Amino acid sequence: MTEPGDLGPLVSLQGVNKSFGTLHVLKDINLSVARGEVVVVIGPSGGGKSTLCRLVNRLETIDSGSITFDGQELPAEGKALARFRSDVGMVFQSFNLFSHKTILENVTLGPIKVRRISKEAAEKRGMELLERVGIASQAAKYPAQLSGGQQQRTAIARALAMDPKMILFDEPTSALDPEMVQEVLDVMTGLARDGMTMMVVTHEMGFARRAANRVVFMAGGEVVEEAEPDEFFDNPRTDRARDFLSKILTH
Amino acid sequence: MDDLIKYAPDLLAGFLENVKLSLICAVLALVLGTILVSMRVAPTPVLRAAGSMYVNVVRNTPLTLVLAFSSLGLSDTMGLSFSETPRTNSFWLVVFGLSAYTATFVCEALRAGINTVPLGQAEAARAIGLTFFQSLRMIILPQAFRTVVAPLGSVIIAMIKNTTVAIAGGYLMESAFVMRDTFDDTGVSIPIFIGLVIAFMVVTLPVGFLTNRLASRLAVAR
Repeated sequence: MTEPGDLGPLVSLQGVNKSFGTLHVLKDINLSVARGEVVVVIGPSGGGKSTLCRLVNRLETIDSGSITFDGQELPAEGKALARFRSDVGMVFQSFNLFSHKTILENVTLGPIKVRRISKEAAEKRGMELLERVGIASQAAKYPAQLSGGQQQRTAIARALAMDPKMILFDEPTSALDPEMVQEVLDVMTGLARDGMTMMVVTHEMGFARRAANRVVFMAGGEVVEEAEPDEFFDNPRTDRARDFLSKILTH
Repeated sequence: MDDLIKYAPDLLAGFLENVKLSLICAVLALVLGTILVSMRVAPTPVLRAAGSMYVNVVRNTPLTLVLAFSSLGLSDTMGLSFSETPRTNSFWLVVFGLSAYTATFVCEALRAGINTVPLGQAEAARAIGLTFFQSLRMIILPQAFRTVVAPLGSVIIAMIKNTTVAIAGGYLMESAFVMRDTFDDTGVSIPIFIGLVIAFMVVTLPVGFLTNRLASRLAVAR
């Protein structure tokens, strides 16, 4: 594992702006993520958190500014972009497992078709990963046969199967029934402990406090505050952060 | 009834031509239709424009004109030839025209199917590093195909019946033409007419039945 701070940041956003039509969703964002760092992005809905997450693997394009990954500008299109994306895992709010493929096939598709490793090796590794997220016994089922929590853990295994340099989590627990949130957070906490570089958009404050190296608070398309979790939750510096925390932490 | 029995061998030979045309055209139309829909949803504007122009022109041209163009235009005037034997040549010209025509309907059915696949499927495919055409081939089209099996069945049924227009492409061996030819000798014979209708239904009814069964078996659970 690499220590945070080595070799410069893994991801660096500089002066990034993004609009959807007339809606200016991200305003002059400067943010970097170090290797092995877990950055949790929180803030009110519509604040640009998900868009920020999606910019990093170019599911959304930026209007101005620059994003570098591992010191390189993000490729714009084609094979180079596909290759770059294979190094950045992504876990979606709605899981997005391939509905016509089994759980194991979901996990092995990328390694076989993108990394070109043999089916046997991919399946062996796939089963190890499913074991790690606790759903090896479901390997032959289809996504629709699994609970939301199991589907999301599969999605995490699918991301891990690519041996990514980083994983992006776009509200991974927001679509889950409450009793399934913890099983997904446990897997994520395990990854954080193992040194995976992660950017996590979430409303789970407990996870932020437990697993994050840094909390980024976004509102109105801007990064309003950045701090270590304990400092942010105990002593927020801005009114907007205080206001947000008072609304979510009172109940 | 005697007429039907007397001319049955001729009619049957004609009908086998319809079946032969149907089998070959079904395969070609499915392949070409898949290529067309890939063009229509491709990120490259040139491919998209070419795909939609082809579909809009060919789909909106009457089949008889498409076939006439194959035989009179492509073959007689522009010299496209599949074989030295005129009969074989016109068979393949009809195959060419009918496949090119049916492919546009296959394309549009598949495109409707693609629209039912949630955007998240494509995003997840891209996120693991699949290229556009990989994700189309492995993720999007398989799911699209499953949702439109039944409509594709209708397209194929229409195509099987359309083989009776082969005369417009200069191919005179298929059953509807044989029937009219027979009527010249015998006068209109209702039994022959009904016999031919039944022959077509023997082929088309199972296509509808099987595609409907397949549709419910292959349905993607979400």
